[in-house]
Amino acid sequence: MPDGLEVLVCVKRVPASGARVPLTPDGLHVDTRHLGFTIGPHEECAVEEAVRLVGEHGGRATVLAAGPPEVAEQLRYALAMGADRAVLVDTGSDELDPQATAAAIGQAVAELAAEKPPDLVLFGDSSADAGHFQVGVRVACGLGLPIVGGIKGVEVGDGVVRLRREVADGDERYVLPLPAAAGVREGLNLPRYPNLPGRLRAKKAAVHTIVARPEPGGLRTVRLRQPADEATGPVWLGRGAAAAPAVVDVLDELGVV
Amino acid sequence: MSALPSRAEVVVIGAGIVGNSVAYHLAEAGWRDIVLLDKGPLPDPGGSTGHASNFIFPVDHSREITALTLDSMRQYEKLGTLTTCGGVEIARTPERVEELRRRLASATAWGVPSELVSAERVGQLMPFVNTDVVLAGFWTPSVAVVDPLQAGALMREQASAQGALTVSAGTEITAIHTEHGRVRGVATSRGDIATETVVICCGVWSPRIAELAGARLPLTPAVHQMIDVGPIPELAATGTEIAYPIIRDMDAMMYERQSGADLEIGSYAHRPILHEPEDIPSIEAAALSPTQLPFTHDDFDPQLEDALELFGQLLDTPGAGIRHAINGLLSLTPDGAPLLGPLPEVDGLWSAAAVWIKEGPGVGRMMAEWMTHGCTETDLHGADVARFYPHQRTRPFVRARANEGFNKTYGIVHPREQWASGRRQRLSPFFERERELGAEFFEVGGWERPQWYESNRDLLAEFGDRIPERPHEWDARWWSPVSNAEHLAMRERAAMIDLSAFAQFDVAGPGALGYLQELAMAQLDRPVGRLCYTPVLTPDGGFRSDLTVVRLGEDRFRVITGGADGARDAYWFRSHLPADGSVTFTDVTSGVCTLGLWGPRARDVLSAVTEDDVSGEAFAFGIAREIVVGEVPVLALRVSYVGDLGWELHAPFEQGRALWDAIAEAGARFGVVPAGIGVYGTTGRLEKGYRLMGAELDAEYDPVEAGLALPRVKAADFVGKQAYLAAREAGPAATLCTLTVDDHTSSAGIPRYPQGGEPILTPAGERITDRKGRGSFVTSAGAAPSLGSYLLMAYLPPEHAVEGTRLLVEYMAERYPVTVARAGRTPLFDPDDTRMKA
Repeated sequence: MPDGLEVLVCVKRVPASGARVPLTPDGLHVDTRHLGFTIGPHEECAVEEAVRLVGEHGGRATVLAAGPPEVAEQLRYALAMGADRAVLVDTGSDELDPQATAAAIGQAVAELAAEKPPDLVLFGDSSADAGHFQVGVRVACGLGLPIVGGIKGVEVGDGVVRLRREVADGDERYVLPLPAAAGVREGLNLPRYPNLPGRLRAKKAAVHTIVARPEPGGLRTVRLRQPADEATGPVWLGRGAAAAPAVVDVLDELGVV
Repeated sequence: MSALPSRAEVVVIGAGIVGNSVAYHLAEAGWRDIVLLDKGPLPDPGGSTGHASNFIFPVDHSREITALTLDSMRQYEKLGTLTTCGGVEIARTPERVEELRRRLASATAWGVPSELVSAERVGQLMPFVNTDVVLAGFWTPSVAVVDPLQAGALMREQASAQGALTVSAGTEITAIHTEHGRVRGVATSRGDIATETVVICCGVWSPRIAELAGARLPLTPAVHQMIDVGPIPELAATGTEIAYPIIRDMDAMMYERQSGADLEIGSYAHRPILHEPEDIPSIEAAALSPTQLPFTHDDFDPQLEDALELFGQLLDTPGAGIRHAINGLLSLTPDGAPLLGPLPEVDGLWSAAAVWIKEGPGVGRMMAEWMTHGCTETDLHGADVARFYPHQRTRPFVRARANEGFNKTYGIVHPREQWASGRRQRLSPFFERERELGAEFFEVGGWERPQWYESNRDLLAEFGDRIPERPHEWDARWWSPVSNAEHLAMRERAAMIDLSAFAQFDVAGPGALGYLQELAMAQLDRPVGRLCYTPVLTPDGGFRSDLTVVRLGEDRFRVITGGADGARDAYWFRSHLPADGSVTFTDVTSGVCTLGLWGPRARDVLSAVTEDDVSGEAFAFGIAREIVVGEVPVLALRVSYVGDLGWELHAPFEQGRALWDAIAEAGARFGVVPAGIGVYGTTGRLEKGYRLMGAELDAEYDPVEAGLALPRVKAADFVGKQAYLAAREAGPAATLCTLTVDDHTSSAGIPRYPQGGEPILTPAGERITDRKGRGSFVTSAGAAPSLGSYLLMAYLPPEHAVEGTRLLVEYMAERYPVTVARAGRTPLFDPDDTRMKA
């Protein structure tokens, strides 16, 4: 069993769509037939941070995802980024609500803890599709760990984790005793791209599977609907020098001049 | 955005490299009121042009594709959008080394400077390659990368500057209006446009657009996987987009090219991943673009190992990651070639689809020529969209062939290689008998035709001493010495040959003669019962087709043409029908089967099964007559493509079996053998110097050059007549010659046999070109068992087209001495045709 820091990162398999999210005819799901899947940007940062922390302190970065067996694809992506171990919490093919997801993850973490409990559990602040901001907090509470969300800085040392969060006029800083949990945000770091040897390693790596069938929670999807079509595509600002004032206006609006 | 015009001379749909180029060349050719539409934004509307890897390797075994590519490179260069970087195709296996040697022959034949290089030299050209796994390389200094988006923008700009073009992005086609089978206009998301001409340049979406007009385009979108790995300091240090040659790792079916600080890796090795045109996401729903689909890692993982093995030095760089990975969509067709020209189903509807970046500008230029003059400078029979028979345009067939064809993209494909999928679609009534005889079936136009019969293997004992062995596996692949034995048995006794793949048309009505006269070069106003061979010319005097016309009655004709070109010919004839209804055109292919019977004993055999008089006096050469064979009414044609006495016997399809059995039974006594197309199409034909459409005959050569000019020019007007008269006046720039190979011995000490497509060189080893700039190459190659020689056909300029002239043929990077045995059409075998006319 490796010495050093035991970091656990929880990620979620989410569809990668363009500006318009296709829906199934019953309006209850995203139509994923022609979509790829990914993990959200917050979670990419969480994986990157875990790999960085283990690089710094030694130990092991474990990536965990709950969902159908296909989540192995996202786990291997995280392995290719440098995570050491992957845990697939197989919850079957049905979509889970946040309570059920948290229950499944909590059960799995408890199982893993029997071998070695995590020092630090990282979540994305919210998932890229549902955006409930619930699972991290629910899991942490279930495990009795302190958690802070919206985190853009993580440092570990002397039995504590120091967390930083950006607010309007500066930073908020938190010191949590380990073990602890955090919900992190995009901007925490610049996630690396998986390299080729990493990808090949990830392909061959074993994925540890834990089966969980949690009870459903209280949240139900009644219906999803498309927002009204917004005009997309390029906006014609003019031609040649005549376009200059319009360009300046746009840059001004964007706050870059 | 300006308003859409309500009328246009032509509407070009799709603003990728093809649509831009079509619009530009139409403007150059004088067209006005051109409207170019795309549903996507400009300059990158979201099709394959926007994500292609944009490199060009000019050498292809296809002359047509190479010509389009070379023209495209000239155009990209002129637009300032071409960067020459060179390219190396590498071999990791001995088989691939052989293929690279064959590639060298194609390079020389089509006039592209290339050379075979050692692994060490590959390492000098591209220093990051692990040369331990490289056996040899094929170096083409002119390989380049291009910017098709920029080229397209410049083309639009130039056409617009001429006042010829209106461009409308963000404009989706919702309908193509047709009336009485021709285009009347289009409906778009921004209004309707009345027009008589629509060009589909929509890449992977093309079938969907064609369907709006009720036409079918045999194309399927398919995935080509690409990744970008970087940043790589060694590449970043060059400070430029591309400073090193592009590597094609042919055996791994991959390529690697520098793209700024990244190495771009693409693959044709993964499983075929086909899509339906309807399932391509909309621009709004696509994460990247509609044709950049989510990358499927599992498909690409095996290729990563090949890439790492070859480029470990760069790909293992710390900090270099997979920054971009896509399943890019490209277009596949049943035979891998583009879909160009007028769609047979709807007048005024044109296709320019399934075109790669490397061919885009050249295709645009050819399309404009075609739409303006009705013919093209480059022969495009291999890309003509009219080449497909109905079953070849069905979805299941397209998918099956695309599945099979995808991994041939970088494959080693023998020129005679047969497809495994989509077979047994068109079966002659003789099929079961042929199967019982162990026929090896080759496909033409969807028909199964025996190439040779294993049942004839015993003939090798009889004729084997006259049949040289082919010790090299490549030369003997998809070939059998049995074929030559069948040939010799035919010349000695007789052979029966299944010719049911012929496409046959009945042309009738008061206007029939005039109509056919206008299409045929030969005089067709002959007595009833005469048959006539005639070239059919393009407007500029090249070969459109060559075929046989039988006058069945005063106003009734049968047109018989090859199975390979039947669909194109049917379209040509239909599209020239007079509008007044005075001619009816009926495709009777599926109602007629044909059995050829040739050889010195042919008359004995036929006499034994017919009560009709088939003597030389009663049934002369060049005559067609209805006779009865057994109980089968037969249209018998006294004609031959193999140069022996005999007939084509045309019978009702459902009585084909009875015809076969009658001839086979009567023939047994005379030692008649079934013979395959190896005899009909190659050995028998070559001995007689007969020309083949698509080999010797195509749009780039005229009848004077092919030796098929007739003694007199008929008074009646016909398509291509002016050009034909001019060609007669000017004399040939090249003459079709038959050459013998004087010594087949390779440096390895074994005999080698060129297979076709090889360059003919001067004794000093220089490439031969004629005054029109056309190179001399082998149009057909094959054994002449009765002459005891091996023959090549090639067009040679006058100074070389002299009998007895000694030249060289380059095959697999070696040179073999050849001699011009015949300049012109006089056969080497039985030059006076006494056997055929006996």
